[in-house]
Amino acid sequence: MESILAILVGILVAASVYLMLARNVLRFLFGLVLLSNAANLTIFAAGRLTPAAPPLVPEDLVAPAESVANALPQALILTAIVIGFGLLAFTLVLVYRGYQVLGTLDSDAMRHAEPKTRRDPGTAETAGTP
Amino acid sequence: MSWLLALPIILPFLTAVAAFLVRSKGAQGRWLSVGGSTLLLAAAIALMTTVWREGVIAAQMGAWPAPFGITLVADLLSAVMVLITAITGLAVAVYALADIDTRREALGYHALFQVLIAGVCGAFLTGDLFNLYVWFEVMLIASFGLLVLGGDKAQLDGGIKYVALNLVSTALFLSGIGLLYGLTGTLNMADLHLAVREVENQGLLTVVAVLFMIAFGVKAAVFPLFFWLPASYHTPPVAVSAVFAGLLTKVGVYALIRLFTLVFTQDTDYTHGLLLTVAALTMVTGVLGAAAQNEFRKILSFHIVSQIGYMVLGLALYTPLALVGAVFYLVHHIIVKANLFLVSGLSNRLTGGFDLNAIGGLYKSSPLLAVLFLVPAFSLAGFPPLSGFWAKFLLVKASLEIEAYLIAGTALVVGLLTVFSMTKIWAEAFWKPHPAGVAPVLAAIDRRELTVLLLPVASLASLTVIIGLFPESFVVFAERAAGQLLEPTPYVQAVLGGIP
Repeated sequence: MESILAILVGILVAASVYLMLARNVLRFLFGLVLLSNAANLTIFAAGRLTPAAPPLVPEDLVAPAESVANALPQALILTAIVIGFGLLAFTLVLVYRGYQVLGTLDSDAMRHAEPKTRRDPGTAETAGTP
Repeated sequence: MSWLLALPIILPFLTAVAAFLVRSKGAQGRWLSVGGSTLLLAAAIALMTTVWREGVIAAQMGAWPAPFGITLVADLLSAVMVLITAITGLAVAVYALADIDTRREALGYHALFQVLIAGVCGAFLTGDLFNLYVWFEVMLIASFGLLVLGGDKAQLDGGIKYVALNLVSTALFLSGIGLLYGLTGTLNMADLHLAVREVENQGLLTVVAVLFMIAFGVKAAVFPLFFWLPASYHTPPVAVSAVFAGLLTKVGVYALIRLFTLVFTQDTDYTHGLLLTVAALTMVTGVLGAAAQNEFRKILSFHIVSQIGYMVLGLALYTPLALVGAVFYLVHHIIVKANLFLVSGLSNRLTGGFDLNAIGGLYKSSPLLAVLFLVPAFSLAGFPPLSGFWAKFLLVKASLEIEAYLIAGTALVVGLLTVFSMTKIWAEAFWKPHPAGVAPVLAAIDRRELTVLLLPVASLASLTVIIGLFPESFVVFAERAAGQLLEPTPYVQAVLGGIP
């Protein structure tokens, strides 16, 4: 079971890296979604999988009689999912707003914060003067 | 005791809620932010004195015994980081009184700022790796908000790059947490210190260590993972860049120091050797990148990268003296860097821009500002008797001690190149006459505004002078902090309650 999940995580990461290498910011965002899911599955698999054994203690015992599922990784994943959801929702809105204001989704064309210097070797003295 | 540890997190959160409620009322929100930051400073001082007196203190949240619950723990490094966060927070909150426009205030600037401070303090105080992830996220989402608040073109552009690369690092951090939990079965850092020794496959542990190194490396902006920083730090209002420049990358450095002294020390030849290469390359690329820039804040941004190299260098050498240097450098750098960004804001006010080609004449018309720039700029470059000199001195001495001449030489050359960049700013913004003939005088700014703009700049500048003139007590302090890092038994005992 763990090995199937491990392979799945591998496929997810590969797909996300492929998507994140794109210049289109939206594709990058989809890659990010896959990557955060891959991370969550990693935690899930790393916590060891024990099928059909809920972590319940019988009434007359103080500890479970046999090995049961580990509840902690699932709590961690739940937290991570919630946080990740919030961040990704923010990013989606940011990208949309960026598209509205900047008029592009191509990360190479986003040069407002770092404009190309117009400086040619010959005109270095005058470049930048208003 | 537990209150003392929780206060630096609770206070900014309460201030944030209050500031959000009055966000459209201008002055009220502003002064709430200043008041909250003052209270935080008081709490941080109380924490600092307690830790200094009693050693490492820890508190179990919700009274769940460690390692099952979330532990807040403060050793000297955590305490001093919280203190310096509070100082920077207060300085920037005061500066923001006159720097943030009412539109951004109405959108909730002050609330986001306080949440950011809470996240930073939380990251410094937590003793649990997953909790550290949560604090990183708190810090990130607040910084995202602050960065794009206002929605200028440049802000959105820088914001998208900042958000994208930081989220990748977050995903790596989370995967690292998952794998480390799978190997050790615990996420409490003190417990991890003991548990990592019992891991059968030590090679796998090193792999996880490198995963963490990359995740924190992105946050700390080391080579080759720093590209988000110079792309975004010059876009928001100055008060925002100043607090980012002062604090955010340093949380990454802190996390590196914490994990690579407490948890991942089993294969220091490899991990710390890798960090050493990274540190050298970070110093060099940062300073060279700065040399190519011609915009006030972009030069400063690249210098953050370069300076991060020094701190990582202190960790990578991993000798007592080097760690002393790293701690000293962290504190010194936060003060100086935040200060320089604040000065850039004042210069922008007076000359109307950040582009060095288009501004000038500050030395003649506002000599006071020139002095206030020179102090942190020389401190950054490492001139005696300012704090930066002692920070660099400790690190260079530490590298010479273990005969790492190459790295010592690199550190010195990078220091020299830093002077070059600072001279460039000096010559362009201060010395040469303004190209448009503007004679920017400080008195042109409204008197009340001028006071709140100059007060934090002058206080931070005097702080670096004080550290520089009386370095002894600060070095003694840093020695004790580094001692705690190298000998983590008291830390582990404070968290686990004497189990080991």
